Amino acid sequence: MAATLPASHFDKNEMQRSDPMGRPPTVRRAGPWADSLFSALAHGAALLTLALLAAIIGSLIVGAMPAIREYGLSFLWRSEWDPVKDQYGGLVMIYGTLATSLIALLIAVPVSFGIALFLTELSPGWLRRPLGVAIELLAAVPSIVYGMWGLLVFSPVLSQYVQQPMQRLFGNVPLLKSLVSGAPVGIGILSAGIILAIMIIPFIAAVMRDVFEVTPAMLKESAYGLGSTTWEVVFKVVLPYTKTGVIGGIMLGLGRALGETMAVTFVIGNANQLNGPSLFEAANSITSVLANEFAEASEGLHQASLLYLALVLFFVTFVVLALSKVLLAQLRKGEGARA
Amino acid sequence: MKFALVRPVFAAFGLTLVAGSVLAADDVTGAGATFPAPLYAKWADAYNKVSGARINYQSVGSGAGLKQIRAKTVDFGASDMPLKDDELAKDGMVQFPTVIGGVVPVVNIQGIQPGQIKLTGQVLGDIYLGKVAKWNDAAITSLNPGVNLPDAAISVVRRADGSGTSFIFTNYLSKVNAEWKSKVGEGTAVNWPTGAGGKGNEGVSSYVQRLPNSIGYVEYAYAKQNKMAHVLLKNAAGNFVAPDDLNFKAAAAGADWNKSFYQVLTEQPGKDSWPLTGATFIMMHKSQDKPAQGAAALKFFDWAYSNGDKMATELEYVPLPDAVKTLVRKEWGQIKDGSGKVVAAK
Repeated sequence: MAATLPASHFDKNEMQRSDPMGRPPTVRRAGPWADSLFSALAHGAALLTLALLAAIIGSLIVGAMPAIREYGLSFLWRSEWDPVKDQYGGLVMIYGTLATSLIALLIAVPVSFGIALFLTELSPGWLRRPLGVAIELLAAVPSIVYGMWGLLVFSPVLSQYVQQPMQRLFGNVPLLKSLVSGAPVGIGILSAGIILAIMIIPFIAAVMRDVFEVTPAMLKESAYGLGSTTWEVVFKVVLPYTKTGVIGGIMLGLGRALGETMAVTFVIGNANQLNGPSLFEAANSITSVLANEFAEASEGLHQASLLYLALVLFFVTFVVLALSKVLLAQLRKGEGARA
Repeated sequence: MKFALVRPVFAAFGLTLVAGSVLAADDVTGAGATFPAPLYAKWADAYNKVSGARINYQSVGSGAGLKQIRAKTVDFGASDMPLKDDELAKDGMVQFPTVIGGVVPVVNIQGIQPGQIKLTGQVLGDIYLGKVAKWNDAAITSLNPGVNLPDAAISVVRRADGSGTSFIFTNYLSKVNAEWKSKVGEGTAVNWPTGAGGKGNEGVSSYVQRLPNSIGYVEYAYAKQNKMAHVLLKNAAGNFVAPDDLNFKAAAAGADWNKSFYQVLTEQPGKDSWPLTGATFIMMHKSQDKPAQGAAALKFFDWAYSNGDKMATELEYVPLPDAVKTLVRKEWGQIKDGSGKVVAAK
């Protein structure tokens, strides 16, 4: 290794001598024991993580086996969940998880983008730091606090100022009517999605701000020099330069939204039926049904079905992660074509 | 100053370490129902002071408690849902009740005081089926002449997690509402036809307090502590009764404990019986792998039966009638060690 390294820039003698005298002799010193120990530890840690992952997947599959054997893939589109008659299907929870996470992303991504844009480009210097810290602090609030706030403070407001006016407004419009139906209590998919959005905004915003900040000033100033507006600079220079980081931040937020449990349990209503596509209907998510039913689930099909759901969540998270990698690769390819 | 603060912390830490290592060998551990957990904790604390023995109780839920006692990872399991006699025999276990508690339907309607609304089991079942959906439905107003009930949708609240409270509630509805029995049935978790689910008693009570025009069901202690508006229920004898200790006791007295401890105390005969009453149970293996632990656990429950009634009452539980306690002590004779010797002290 040492032989292939270029000679140091600072040692002029070395530079002059190295050419006429040919390659320096290769000296391989035996690594001190601490080096090999550290290397072993680092390898061990990496392998342990992989082994843990495999073990978790393995134990989930083993635990879910009775349900997999009973229902196969039809579990994914069965909507029944009846512990008394021992009939289970995961459609309602899978739908709840995906719908709430989608709503959360729809709200959180533009807001986070705005926050990051403001903090890096528009904010006066004295405000930048306190505001940045405040947003990071939001990430430190325990999720159960969001859940309680959502149930006791937010959902009454949502019910009174959003749901009830919308029900009055769209009460007779055929398609929209079914979107806003449901008991006027402000609990359901929409409120869970909004709470999730509030929870993931700090993560996405912090990552976006950090990557926006590392955009070289030269690039931005060149664009400004050519007469670009702030919006054009951010959208055409900063965003393309930082898209890997931005997508990474969004995926981080999505991962948190998919896996969030306590806050969702409080505001989603925990109903295991799907009563139409309404945003205000009580529903359930995978994590929430796991938290609620696992402790009391009888051994057999009930427990196996819950583990099957956990496996599905694992799979969904994996697919999301894989999709983001594919997306990034696609973007990189497009870049090459343009150049 | 700093040292003065730090030292007691270290001292306490050291003590727990020492205590933990010394007592771990003959600590009695139990796991299960959350409903009696505050009482078991209080009993264990008081028992520790008089005897020095330590009882660890983990309130992990009835289902998880049963799992643990079946796997023999704990010395006793606790459940709000009794096991049927054949299931007990299959697992080689005995069960016995410890205390009695009540489940109370509570409402949140503006202007309605505790005990002002009367319901029958049939109507309560129809509300939870979603068939009676408004407070001024004829089925409710005919039971409550003179009470001003609003023209508002009923927000139904129930438990989201599996729970012994739900078992008592759905067991009662199955007894008094035929449609409920055929459509939903009874269990710690059921396929609820309607309503929003709260996690735990505190989840349900906060939902009910938050949502206008709602109805839910919680354990008696929660209803009483939060001063929630309880409902009067019509019992098997045809009387409208209020939930209180005496009416829970009346329900327990009506049950026939002689044949089996599988007694669900819902809809019991007796003019004062509260229809939503239930006992909470302890499960132990008949053949004890660790007889010392088994004996220590039985000693604890024996002490609790003799000295724990006042503590139970303070926490809004109802102690067992003395006749039932005698039966339970007799039942303990079935718990033996490997050589067939009875582990309970005479």
